[in-house]
Amino acid sequence: MNLSQSNTTPRLRLSGITKAFPGCLANDNIDFAVMPGEIHALLGENGAGKSTLVKIIYGLLKADRGVIEWEGKHVSIDNPAAARALGIGMVFQHFSLFEALTVAENIALSLDGAYNLAALSEKIAAVSASYGLKVDPKRWVHELSVGERQRVEIVRCLLQTPQLLVMDEPTSVLTPQEVDKLFEVLRRLSSEGVSILYISHKLDEIKALCHHATILRQGRLVGEVVPAEETALSMAQLMVGEQLAEPLRADADRDRLDQEVLFQVNELTLPSEQPFGVDLHAINFELNRGEIFGIAGVAGNGQNELLAALSGEVSTPPETILLNRQPIGRYSPTQRRSAGITYVPEERLGHGAVPDMALHENAFLSGFIRRRLLRHGMIDILARNRFAREVCDAFNVKHSGIESAAGSLSGGNLQKYIVGREVLQKPTVFIAAQPTWGVDAGAAAVIHQALLDLADSGSVVLIVSQDLDELLLISDRIAVISGGRLSQAMPTRTADRNRLGMLMGGMKAGTLQEEVEAQGVQHAV
Amino acid sequence: MNSDVLVLTLLTVISAATPLIFAATGELVAEKSGVLNLGVEGMMLVGAVSAFLAVTETQSALFACLVALIAGAGMALIFAFLTLTLHANQVATGLALTIFGIGLSALVGQDLVGVAYAGLPKLTVPVLADIPIIGPLLFDHNFLIYLSIVVVFGVLWFLQKSRMGLILRAVGESHDAAHAIGYRVVLIRYLATLFGGGMAGLGGAYISLSYSPMWAENMTAGRGWIALALVVFATWRPVRVLLGAYLFGGITILQLHAQAIGVSIPSEMLSMLPYLVTIIVLVMISRDSNRVLGNAPACLGKPFNAAA
Repeated sequence: MNLSQSNTTPRLRLSGITKAFPGCLANDNIDFAVMPGEIHALLGENGAGKSTLVKIIYGLLKADRGVIEWEGKHVSIDNPAAARALGIGMVFQHFSLFEALTVAENIALSLDGAYNLAALSEKIAAVSASYGLKVDPKRWVHELSVGERQRVEIVRCLLQTPQLLVMDEPTSVLTPQEVDKLFEVLRRLSSEGVSILYISHKLDEIKALCHHATILRQGRLVGEVVPAEETALSMAQLMVGEQLAEPLRADADRDRLDQEVLFQVNELTLPSEQPFGVDLHAINFELNRGEIFGIAGVAGNGQNELLAALSGEVSTPPETILLNRQPIGRYSPTQRRSAGITYVPEERLGHGAVPDMALHENAFLSGFIRRRLLRHGMIDILARNRFAREVCDAFNVKHSGIESAAGSLSGGNLQKYIVGREVLQKPTVFIAAQPTWGVDAGAAAVIHQALLDLADSGSVVLIVSQDLDELLLISDRIAVISGGRLSQAMPTRTADRNRLGMLMGGMKAGTLQEEVEAQGVQHAV
Repeated sequence: MNSDVLVLTLLTVISAATPLIFAATGELVAEKSGVLNLGVEGMMLVGAVSAFLAVTETQSALFACLVALIAGAGMALIFAFLTLTLHANQVATGLALTIFGIGLSALVGQDLVGVAYAGLPKLTVPVLADIPIIGPLLFDHNFLIYLSIVVVFGVLWFLQKSRMGLILRAVGESHDAAHAIGYRVVLIRYLATLFGGGMAGLGGAYISLSYSPMWAENMTAGRGWIALALVVFATWRPVRVLLGAYLFGGITILQLHAQAIGVSIPSEMLSMLPYLVTIIVLVMISRDSNRVLGNAPACLGKPFNAAA
């Protein structure tokens, strides 16, 4: 494609797009434009505001402020049908196909006009042949692999002859071979004049494919670059930001690695139980008394599987997990709790707490063993209520009585309550997933301080988070999980944000090393 | 066994299967749209009593069937309003509908007990009906039996070949996705539920007008439940409903004949046979979860709320 035609009218131009959710500014004054035939990347970490922006473009969300121009004309996109009418096609990250229907039937459902499956099948076959997107109209969708389903969605879009194709994290579920095939198709579409908005956090893909990249961080536009002229490192810098970590710990210099090893994971390999889950490959790490260990990574790289194995929701061979040198791989979550491991899951409502149950009941459900809330097999109501009040007081949880339902608390307060409930059980090992995801800064500060204090009291704290700032702020060592593999742990003091960002982006360790050395002068501050 | 006995036996099998075909095919359509209506037994009973009431008042069999169709659909309308508009639990509402139908039909039918009716007239196809064996089996029935076959293949065509049928299946498969594309989930489910009720009403009418032309309290005797099981047995495929209905009809008749020729098993045991076979078959089918799940409507019994 000839990029010099930038003086023509952009196919899509966004100006000043702003969208706020309660407690969070998802998009803050975003401007960018996509030219005809351009492959434009929207790059950013999870939570940077990419998905919100895409939903606004496809009519699934309405922007609070800002202007959308299509082919130079001001338009209002109120629903997906309006987006389709303009010529915007979308391939979703989570597919929107009907499993019990055939490929042709699925496509027929979203097309207007005469209902004739035979004629439609011919059209599907023609489009799929011309783009090399192998799709059999007669097959059932539930028999198809993830890559095949994506092809169906792309063909469905192509039959509507789109001018702009939006692809939300299209390669997150594909094999490397499928990625190559997809790129061929996208380049072909681009050469035919179709604009493509390509949402991703994978730096090497964007370098290989995209003409321009718009980079978002925390809802703000932080840069617009030509990926071919950038290095993965420089884009990673823009994506994760340069904000410096401020240690909150008085004795931050203390070396904790000499201390006693309390928790070990040995060669933990685990095929995922979910159809599209991530398999864990030979995960190894050792945690020392008084240490905070952070595991960084973009969502869907094996975090859920690792946490399920550590919390006991999935059982593993006994020797793969050691607590105080005791094999506990087969322990149930309750057994692990009584042995000294407490856990704060990512999902507050439904996993971390029962939304319709009272706060005191939620306290009992997790704390009854370690806090001895049972007497002669019956609930010790006084002890239970004392425990619930202690959690609320110690963590400054705003509530209207411990009888109120957990679901009635705000996100930040409920998260403080859940973290407090687990911390006050004085665990040997404390595991938390996204401990401050979607909570306000005040609650986050309370939680961070509690975790630091817990570590100082001699526990081990393990945090799995997508928020690199959080991990750099409080952890002693950081490792990165990507594709079900855990990197070498590195001390936070010497950890390099760019290097972490690139590991999170799935960059191979070898190429990374060379690039870091080549650029060593530039980023050594 | 000479051919006359064979023909007579097969005729009774067809007769026993017909109410199941109506009720199960109707329920299949409702379930394909994602609605699980356990009130089939109640809807059949109301259909049976209203058909018998209509036929004794007017002597018109056709009118009686129409009344049964409307009565069954009326029962289904109550169910649809409670579950689709008011979002009541489908399982509990369906059970309540059956209990309601048992009571209502007994009340309406109080004065009908002991009244006689000659049975539905036969629609005999000239010439063809005279062919030995095949003639009486295929071309010498009352119109409801012909209609039951038409309904099965009509539903088969509707679900597999028509755009409306595709939309109905899509709604039962993922109501959120169907809603997002722009289809009216609740309206489609209303229509499917009403069709299911109407067919159950016709199944009931066949029992009180032809199978045993009379009215007796609770005379469907669990056929509504067998019809529900048949839908699963058939893995939501109309033609398998047809075959399954004849299989169960056959077992019912076998049981009667075994009693008649004095097999030395307690008659209560033999009466259990169709229900036992139902359970066994359901267990066997459920073992192959792919077969069931591949064709089961994914949103079966799940409430849909467009605002959520």
